[in-house]
Amino acid sequence: MLNNIYNIFFIPEIFLACSSFVCLLFGLFLKKNAFRQTSNLAVFVLLLTILLVYYDSGSNFANYKSLFSHSSFINFFKILAILGSIASIIISKEYFLGIKLKNFEIPVLFLFSTLGMMLMIASNNLMSMYLAIELQSLSLYVAAAIKRDSISSAESGVKYFILGALSSGILLYGFSLIYGFTGSMNFDDISFYLSKYDNLNLGLIFGLVFVMVGLAFKVSAVPFHMWTPDVYEGAPNSITGFFAIVPKIAAVALIYRFCLVPFENFYLEWSQIILFLSIASMFLGAVAAIAQSNIKRLLAYSSIGHIGYILIALVAANDDGIKAASIYMFSYMIMNVAIFAILLSLKVKNEYLINISDLKGLSKSNPIVSLSISIIMLSMAGIPPFIGFFGKFYVFIAAIEQELYVLSVLGVLASVISAFYYLRIIKIMYFDEIKSEGIINFQISLQSKIILSLSLFVIICFIFYPSLLINISASLTI
Amino acid sequence: MIDWPLVSVIIFLPLIGALIILFIKEDELTSINIKWAALLATLGTFILSLILWLQFDYSNPSYQYEEKFRWFDDFNFFYHVGVDGISLFMILLSTFLTPLCILASWNNIKKRVKEYMLSFLFLETVMIGMFASIDILLFYIFFEAVLIPMYLIIGIWGGNRRIYASFKFFLYTLLGSVLMLIAIIVMYRNTSSMSIEFLQGNYFSYNTQLFLWLAFFASFAVKIPMWPFHTWLPDAHVEAPTAGSVILAGVLLKMGGYGFIRFSLGMLPEATEFFIPLIMTLSIVAIVYTSLVALAQTDIKKLIAYSSVAHMGIVTIGIFLVNQQGLEGAMMQMISHGLVSAALFLCVGVIYDRMHTREIEFYGGLVQRMPLYATVFMIFMLGSVGLPGTSGFIGEFLVIVGAFKFSSYVVIGAAFGIILSAVYMLYLYKRIIFGTITNNKLADILDINTREKIILIPLAISVILLGIFPNLFLDPMRLSLELIITNYEIANAK
Repeated sequence: MLNNIYNIFFIPEIFLACSSFVCLLFGLFLKKNAFRQTSNLAVFVLLLTILLVYYDSGSNFANYKSLFSHSSFINFFKILAILGSIASIIISKEYFLGIKLKNFEIPVLFLFSTLGMMLMIASNNLMSMYLAIELQSLSLYVAAAIKRDSISSAESGVKYFILGALSSGILLYGFSLIYGFTGSMNFDDISFYLSKYDNLNLGLIFGLVFVMVGLAFKVSAVPFHMWTPDVYEGAPNSITGFFAIVPKIAAVALIYRFCLVPFENFYLEWSQIILFLSIASMFLGAVAAIAQSNIKRLLAYSSIGHIGYILIALVAANDDGIKAASIYMFSYMIMNVAIFAILLSLKVKNEYLINISDLKGLSKSNPIVSLSISIIMLSMAGIPPFIGFFGKFYVFIAAIEQELYVLSVLGVLASVISAFYYLRIIKIMYFDEIKSEGIINFQISLQSKIILSLSLFVIICFIFYPSLLINISASLTI
Repeated sequence: MIDWPLVSVIIFLPLIGALIILFIKEDELTSINIKWAALLATLGTFILSLILWLQFDYSNPSYQYEEKFRWFDDFNFFYHVGVDGISLFMILLSTFLTPLCILASWNNIKKRVKEYMLSFLFLETVMIGMFASIDILLFYIFFEAVLIPMYLIIGIWGGNRRIYASFKFFLYTLLGSVLMLIAIIVMYRNTSSMSIEFLQGNYFSYNTQLFLWLAFFASFAVKIPMWPFHTWLPDAHVEAPTAGSVILAGVLLKMGGYGFIRFSLGMLPEATEFFIPLIMTLSIVAIVYTSLVALAQTDIKKLIAYSSVAHMGIVTIGIFLVNQQGLEGAMMQMISHGLVSAALFLCVGVIYDRMHTREIEFYGGLVQRMPLYATVFMIFMLGSVGLPGTSGFIGEFLVIVGAFKFSSYVVIGAAFGIILSAVYMLYLYKRIIFGTITNNKLADILDINTREKIILIPLAISVILLGIFPNLFLDPMRLSLELIITNYEIANAK
């Protein structure tokens, strides 16, 4: 019913697309402070989009030939992604101004990429899924290379682009095989077609494997993770923050939807792949992070490890798994927002912090900051009473519900290994003697401070009132 | 009875103290305020926990002072705390030792006083919370949260190899406890309940019990610690500051014993029956082997650390005898060891503060200069040996009496360990205290001062009190232990 504009399911996305163009024009015509103003506008736009998503009933989407779907799971992840990008725009503003990277295009790129992610999460068709992935990836390629005069930024952009294009190609090939063998692009039709068969034929298995490879690249699961540390390291810190926080949310939602909607009945086929990805990611993430001296590379491996845990919940493939994934993703986002809010405000000798060893003596000069980092690290390691523990806890509940005992034991073992490098950061801040007096400055804008305090509040106080989040995530349907 | 949430107040009072300290700005002048605030908070907690004991109903075997609130909406997890005869004295031990620790660190902690006191207060909250929780998830959260302050205490204020020791402590115990998490979830899946009380009704099939038992064993055997999982303990003890060792030996090791009683005996009786020979073997090996190792130590703290492992071996024997004498003996041994080893570490701290070394070689003839110190040290040394009239005797005696019902080989092993403990403790005492002063640096060492008297004398009194009036402590716990034994026997009679 196109005549009633409020009934159109797509309104949040259409709104975001239009507003992104408005932001672009707005930035273009501003003479002064273009970056700052555009960022503020972008945050405002995203806030409105959250409202629209929240009140979006999704009653009428037949007009789009089921290109997109609507469910509470989709809405939850959309809101999570938007929240993540709001937070990352706010916390990175001062950083961009600090390194004199004032292109107003950056927030606009973030907006477009967020739009791509929303479409990705909602996509219900191979074609729309591919286009959405490309929309978000293209914006991110540009964002990674935005610091044009820096070799490392350009390198990370090119690396990301080439590997991303390769994975998109593989993904597309997988799509074409699936389309060729089922005769349909629509998730529901594929599911209906497949329900007639007991096992997949070879072509479909190939297609499934190719798609899994492409998606594994997007969530950066081992062995398709190679780009992650390099891109994290090369891109400017604030872009790294965005990479760490937001695209993972969308990619995780997508991989869940792809496995659980069209291929729901072929659990055995895809679960083996996911099982391997999960174990490999947890262990590689835990082991490889130990040797890192660069904090961004460390966080890259840490995020690979976290993806491993989320994939455990996917292997479980039950309602508890969906619940666990949403809780875990929420905690992952909150913890990353908090740690990047700190990293983007820490300066060592007037340079933004890169090396972990520069944190030495932070507990003396900035006790509150080092306490916050310690809490975030313990939370990431999954030590109670912080939120990270509950994420892992729900993942293991889901796994044991499905009787995946070996996988859960491997999961907890990997979490012990990964605790080592999280503890190492605390050790550097608190235990190491300070030899040379490093000058660490912590300058944070009011807005980032609010974001940081809010996320720390959630990390610490989740335990006192867990039901708020858990009731929401328990009600999610895919 | 009491109509206000006494247990919760006891759990969270130290945390409130910590919050207050958080807002005191630390500098040269105010660090004394921080110390006083910490001391008052812990003393207040101790006094409140005494009410717990005074109002305790001896005729009730199950939990008292219960508080229960819904915590998670989707699962049957509750904030559910209470105290029974088993946890009562564990809580008292924690609340009694923490103020002493604060006092013991009064002068020798000079850097980061604020963080130090925060760690101790947080530690006290989680220790009490762990012993008081009736919900397994709550128990687990407190059980793991203990690692955070302890890691910081060893790592920041410890000795030369503190970083190695703190990592080893953290990762070793974490490895044990994450397996317990899996076991807890499996238990929940089978019964849809997290209540310790409910789960003691024995709902698991035999095979499930075996796996669950192993998972719990992994965490408690590391914690208590049993041979061969004890290697973290000497490192942690030696490198930790005095107060850290006190809490470690006094309370944290008891978490393992407490866990064995509650979970292994209480919830998994059939598997326990199956694994009793394993435990007995490991315990006897632990007692004999670590006693011999203790004999060879040159560092006082390390010697006491190894003696802790040997004493905990007696505790595990007592627990897994699963009879009235054995369990009571194990409980008494835990309480006594909590007091005695804590006191011994404090005694080491006294001379370490003066001389900054723990080498046994360095000392000798301290009795000439420090008669008072020699006296209190002797009381604790004899308590550790298990001389009649001290607390150590009751525990060891009861365990051996219980062991006669089980097997005389176990008795021989345990008795051999007790003899060895006399050997290494008396030998240590002889080398440090007796003789003439040979080392010139000791010539003007001072005897214990008022602050140290305030710390050591209550401990000495309670060691003797425990030895002379054991019923004061045995009566409250008797029915709770009987309940566990009855459940155990019913389950195994099937």
